Amino acid sequence: MFAIKQIGRFCNKGLIRNLQTTAAVQHDALFVHRDTAEDNPNVEFEFTPENQKRIEAILSIYPDGHKRAAMIPLLDLAQRQYGWLPLSAMHKVADILELPRMRVYEVATFYTMFIRKPIGKNHIQVCTTTPCWLRGSDEILQTIKCQLGIEVGETTKDKLFTLSEVECLGACVNAPMVQINDDYYEDLTADDACQILNDIKCGNKPRAGPRNGRYAAEPIGEPTSLKCEPPGPGFGVRSDL
Amino acid sequence: MTNVLVRFNHLAKSHIGILAPFSYFNIQHYSTTPPGTPPPQTKTKFGGLSDEDRVFTNLYGRYDWRLKGALKRGDWYKAKEIILKGPDWIINEIKVSGLRGRGGAGFPSGMKYSFMLKPSDGRPKYLVINADEGEPGTCKDREIMRHDPHKLVEGCLLVGSAMGAQAAYIYIRGEFYNEASNMQIAIAEAYQAGLLGKNACGSGYDFDVFMHRGAGAYICGEETALIESLEGKQGKPRLKPPFPADVGVFGCPTTVTNVETVAVAPTILRRGGAWFASFGRTRNSGTKLFSISGHVCTPCTVEEEMSIPLKELIERHAGGVTGGWDNLLGVIPGGSSTPVIPKSVCETAIMDFDGLVACQTSLGTAAVIVMNKQTDIIKAIARLIMFYKHESCGQCTPCREGINWMNKIMYRFVEGKARLDEIDMIWELSKQIEGHTICALGDGAAWPVQGLIRHFRSEIECRIKEF
Repeated sequence: MFAIKQIGRFCNKGLIRNLQTTAAVQHDALFVHRDTAEDNPNVEFEFTPENQKRIEAILSIYPDGHKRAAMIPLLDLAQRQYGWLPLSAMHKVADILELPRMRVYEVATFYTMFIRKPIGKNHIQVCTTTPCWLRGSDEILQTIKCQLGIEVGETTKDKLFTLSEVECLGACVNAPMVQINDDYYEDLTADDACQILNDIKCGNKPRAGPRNGRYAAEPIGEPTSLKCEPPGPGFGVRSDL
Repeated sequence: MTNVLVRFNHLAKSHIGILAPFSYFNIQHYSTTPPGTPPPQTKTKFGGLSDEDRVFTNLYGRYDWRLKGALKRGDWYKAKEIILKGPDWIINEIKVSGLRGRGGAGFPSGMKYSFMLKPSDGRPKYLVINADEGEPGTCKDREIMRHDPHKLVEGCLLVGSAMGAQAAYIYIRGEFYNEASNMQIAIAEAYQAGLLGKNACGSGYDFDVFMHRGAGAYICGEETALIESLEGKQGKPRLKPPFPADVGVFGCPTTVTNVETVAVAPTILRRGGAWFASFGRTRNSGTKLFSISGHVCTPCTVEEEMSIPLKELIERHAGGVTGGWDNLLGVIPGGSSTPVIPKSVCETAIMDFDGLVACQTSLGTAAVIVMNKQTDIIKAIARLIMFYKHESCGQCTPCREGINWMNKIMYRFVEGKARLDEIDMIWELSKQIEGHTICALGDGAAWPVQGLIRHFRSEIECRIKEF
């Protein structure tokens, strides 16, 4: 009995580490593929005729013999067409680029924007890196979790929303922000987050951008710079041109 | 992820020999100043840039960003004449301006472009624009690409022509979908107006600009990782040498450069290098986009003169620290990879390359993250380490394993569930990561921890004792 108490005290003081010391990061997807009903090599995947044209346009910008460079754009195209990236789409891309399938797998697993499992129609990505965290991204994340009744990495039952926690999305002066599909929703409060979700649920597309009344990255209120019309062509140009 | 990741790439190993004469300009006695030297700076007070000296006149998107609006603001003005002046003139002008790379490393741009002027061996040359902006705190390139895309397109043409490149690839991060679409429209407009393509601007020079969207990997902001990614591989940095100027994208000589560096080039060439060099201290000249985020009243991205004091920057443009200047705890002055500095250092810190090195930190991408006294600074840094853990490409062991360890220790520090000697242990650990990896991501992860221990050690000790 004494010994157990002793161990308990050591544990409390952190002198003995628990087996799992940090939570598993939920926004990391597994690399391994397991065949499922939705995702197996027999699923049909074919690019639509419009996308076939896009593929030609994409391939044309890279030099001869470097078709492989089109890999990321093509995987992205496949994902946009299908909603997510199934194994058979990767195989299709490998065929187009005349590459071993492994070369496509390794790229598709490396980049976080390729989603290799079915997701909801609206992919909500909440940035929680330091600049957003400083301005209250935890509250935004909590609100969205409560509102949708899902945890990070899960999809709602109606397949409308998938929630992810992501690293910096590059809109730090407009923190906190979330990305829903391709659009950034910035300068959020918890109320704004609720409102955006409700709008989407009703089938509307809320206006992207800052929600606190500013247009972009300018300081809110009185402008501190760029107060007058920009000068026209030829302003300040050197004389010897 | 235009970022500090490029910091050491050019300073490493074999290029030190090339750099040495540059840094000794002051002690070598030339009878006349060598060509490409910026004029001496006579000012002693910096900051308060006037509107007519701003390069990015549509930073906030108040005006039309398309070709018509861009022409009205003076973009593409006399582009043909500039190309016809020739590569040597253009590169010399960039050297005179004292422009240093805006992606974090601060390598002199004129010198970097001149590496491409070697006699051709028949391979085409490429210009690659690093628009993979992802360093936490940094959001300046996004504003350029969505509100002033023609500045970047014109910059690609002028810089590309100076280095004899046949095409430019703009590698933009995948999340910036709307920004990529604005850029694509701007490029299409430029082609239609004959400003790009065959006989660009009527100068007889053929030049193409292509967009390439990434897919969400911070590491692709490192130049060789970006090249790998552009070639359709995993974004894992390459060993150097060979440097990209010898073997870059598709096996051809390549220069990888930041969006802002290229976007300011046309204005420098039009108004003269000496004009640009008149801002900021010697060796730190020019204007710069600062993004001020975190605990300030009005977070914003703003163009200011280099060498502006940090305090003035925050108070003039960002409305001051939330709760007043006395409520300031610390500032990360150059994006997540740069060490944090406490209030006492912030009082006198000068926002330029040399000024911040003197404070044992770095200008990086000039992304100022402000934290006030209500911040849990240990949690803030721990969250950054989590970011690096997530973004490590996994190629080098010190980075892949070491950052994971640092992350675990840091999150125990947040609770205080640690031993006092672990502070020294994590310091040692960060020193073992720093400089032992192919690219600078390991360094970028080590420095925030070192900054925290250097200035906030008592905070960590306090929390451990309280636990």
